[in-house]
Amino acid sequence: MKQLCKFSFSTLVYTFLYAPIIVLILYSFNNAKYTLNWQGFTLRWYQLLLHDNQLLRTVGHSFILASLATLIALGIGTLAAVSAYRYRYRGQTLIYTLIIILILAPDIMIGIGLLLFYNINHISLGFISLLLAHITFCIPFVMLTLNSRLQTLDYSVFEAAKDLGASEWTLLKKIALPLLSPALISAALLCFTLSFDDVIISYFVSGPSFQILPLKIYAMMRAGVAPEINALSTLLLIFTFIIVTTATLLQKRP
Amino acid sequence: MAGIIEIHRLSKRFDQQLILDDISLTVNDGEFLTLLGPSGCGKTTLLRLISGFESCDSGQIFIRDKNVTQLTPQQRDVHTVFQSYALFPHMTVFENVAFGLRCSKVSTTEIKARVENILAMVQLSDFSNRKPHQLSGGQQQRVAIARAVVNEPLVLLLDESLSSLDQQLRQSMQIELKRLQRQLGITFIFVTHDQEEALAMSDRIVIMQDGHIIQVGTPREVYEEPANLTAARFIGQLNIFTSRINEVTENQIHYSIEHIERRCKNVKQLKKADPINVLVRPEDLRVWGEHELDPTDHMLPGTIDEVIYKGSTVDLIVRLKSGRLIYATEFFDEDDENLFYNKGESVWVNWLENWEVILIDESA
Amino acid sequence: MNQRSAFKSLTIGTLVFWLIVFELFPIAMIVLVSFSTANSSTLYTYHFSLDAYRQLFNPIYIHVLLRSVKTASITTVFCLLIGYPFAYILSRSKLRWKNLLFLFVIIPFWTSSLIRTYAMIAILKSKGIINSVLLHWGVIDHPLQVLFSNTAVIIGLVYNLLPFMIIPLYSNLEKLDYKLIEAAQDLGSNTWRTFFKIIIPMTKAGIIAGCILVFLPAMTIFYIPEILGGAKSLLMGNLIQDQFLFALNWPLGAASCVVLIVILLLTLGIFWRASRSNHRGALL
Repeated sequence: MKQLCKFSFSTLVYTFLYAPIIVLILYSFNNAKYTLNWQGFTLRWYQLLLHDNQLLRTVGHSFILASLATLIALGIGTLAAVSAYRYRYRGQTLIYTLIIILILAPDIMIGIGLLLFYNINHISLGFISLLLAHITFCIPFVMLTLNSRLQTLDYSVFEAAKDLGASEWTLLKKIALPLLSPALISAALLCFTLSFDDVIISYFVSGPSFQILPLKIYAMMRAGVAPEINALSTLLLIFTFIIVTTATLLQKRP
Repeated sequence: MAGIIEIHRLSKRFDQQLILDDISLTVNDGEFLTLLGPSGCGKTTLLRLISGFESCDSGQIFIRDKNVTQLTPQQRDVHTVFQSYALFPHMTVFENVAFGLRCSKVSTTEIKARVENILAMVQLSDFSNRKPHQLSGGQQQRVAIARAVVNEPLVLLLDESLSSLDQQLRQSMQIELKRLQRQLGITFIFVTHDQEEALAMSDRIVIMQDGHIIQVGTPREVYEEPANLTAARFIGQLNIFTSRINEVTENQIHYSIEHIERRCKNVKQLKKADPINVLVRPEDLRVWGEHELDPTDHMLPGTIDEVIYKGSTVDLIVRLKSGRLIYATEFFDEDDENLFYNKGESVWVNWLENWEVILIDESA
Repeated sequence: MNQRSAFKSLTIGTLVFWLIVFELFPIAMIVLVSFSTANSSTLYTYHFSLDAYRQLFNPIYIHVLLRSVKTASITTVFCLLIGYPFAYILSRSKLRWKNLLFLFVIIPFWTSSLIRTYAMIAILKSKGIINSVLLHWGVIDHPLQVLFSNTAVIIGLVYNLLPFMIIPLYSNLEKLDYKLIEAAQDLGSNTWRTFFKIIIPMTKAGIIAGCILVFLPAMTIFYIPEILGGAKSLLMGNLIQDQFLFALNWPLGAASCVVLIVILLLTLGIFWRASRSNHRGALL
């Protein structure tokens, strides 16, 4: 009885979480623009998508932005997390507080703060402003993911390496990075998806010179989203799924 | 200077708390030295100061006449075997052992030869491709030792290295460690809180408490001639009587315990009326049945309170006339059938003259 | 020694620089601008005034603020009521399934929340999936008017924010030592007592973190009311967006943002105390 209760409750929650996703996947194959009735299977939206150069360009922009933001945030975050783990330094609590605030602060606050900051420093809104913003909101997630992994490591492993004559660089390359690789992969995936899907922060710090996918979709909302977008989302979902599965399988291999 | 390590007036504080207070110590080349003391006595801190993981507040450390006080762990010719072994979990046994050699840019062929040599010495040649998690606790420990000694350090530091092993493995590793040390000819500094381990393995023992060194000596010295009560209490079980010197004659002192007069050699030039502690090890006590012997001069009367059989020995708890309890350990002897005691039986207790240790009672 | 301190100051220094320039400074800018005066040509001029805060006390804005707090509170309560038991079941499930089940909570993140919210229209509209099913089964006679109401907004918010409640709760519950629960039961504590006296206090940090992660975004994700709500369901986020992009009253927008900062700092204070009182109070 208790098991049944648990089971049906979790099924209900999962249904709630997945219903919209299933709807959008179904609609991407539906031969009609937004009616509930099934009008037959079609790949029309996928074909349209492949020829929509403007849409594909914004997808490309989002890819470039998300990749660069992930890479840089990973670099800054990893080095800082490893240093913070290994050394004591002044202002540790301050940094921890800033990181926590950055995570807990609603997106709109960061978006507006950066908008005001760019405005006063005369940084034009475009690729650079977006990149800086995305790196900023990715860094705390890198720090947190790596930190929780570092906490599980035996600190004397690092001392042993130093004792055996490893330089800082060797230590990072041969000990820290290999031990952290599972956490690095999950941090990278998290950053990439956060950056790729971000609407609110990007909304305030982007300009017409560099259009990205979420904002393009947002702009389309009022006129009604084309089923092409459903097709695109389905493809992206499958793409992410493949990446994550491969990453997980690679990690499990001894 | 004589020793391979000279420690000169070392002090260390953590958050205002004095962990090591003005420590000086000489470590001889090639010896097996044990730092022994209860947890919190500063022994691990002393080890970490020698290895360079902590820096001292004052004092100096010399390794083979070179002042290393300001040097990093890499720059010191000592290596540590960590309590948790700290093996690199993502590397094979071979790679773990080769790590230090790779750091010092030794050629690949030489690395191979040296690693294989050392793995053979610790009997792990067949395991060189395994990962640490595929090894038993004892094997992991040998990898940790191999990894540290392959770089040919002058001194090997071992931090509570046996404490995570079970009792049986621990005893065989004690023998193993001792063998390795002889074979390698490297000085070992070993930290433990286990006095039996310290007695079994060491050439010399350093007893520490509250940041001070209480006594340095061979296992026999610290056991038989403890420097003070703390050292004595820490090594083995003990019966302690407080008394006062009644009389000093020639080179003998006379004192009484439970109104029974005893005497022994005056080793420490004590004077009449000095307050003293008389220390007697349980195994030095002799317990006699009431009718076993006739002259009972200088013997303490008592009754058997508890009998604990322990295989090769029997532990007796004897209640003396004053009500205080003392501990005696008797060894079984096949010829002696009088080793069976009953609770409540009246007995006589004594010890051979001069087997007791007399310490001046500083608290009085 | 040198190499080590160079490495340390370079790595920590970069992070500190980044956080100060791109976090602390922008937040300070919000506060600064909220105290300046609106100016149509340069957006704002720094001339200390409380104008923006005076405007904020206009009944229209007070109304939006109150509605936002109400909507966000309801959303948070629902997320907690659904998320806590769910995270508990997840954390107690068999090891083999645990990671997979947790992964299924994360997967929805991989598609744009915008699109998923948009897809909810198809589910909620009067000729949508829910109504069709309910009508078909005869549960209702007339289609429910859910879409373009506050209810739809709350459903959309709960849907989007539920994972943010589940993740910190799950990571707290995961670390919870099950032996403590067994010990409580052993000492004769019943299920409810165990839950309220042992489990809840020990996961307090997770509960508070989850509530912060849900409450503030619920007030500010402006596209959810835009897509699912009617004209009367606009919230703080929409207000701020409007002041910055259309009405061009930056000081008023900034002042509304300061209200959010104050709420954030208050909740952060509570979080801080809670995470100090139980030592395993890491956030995620």
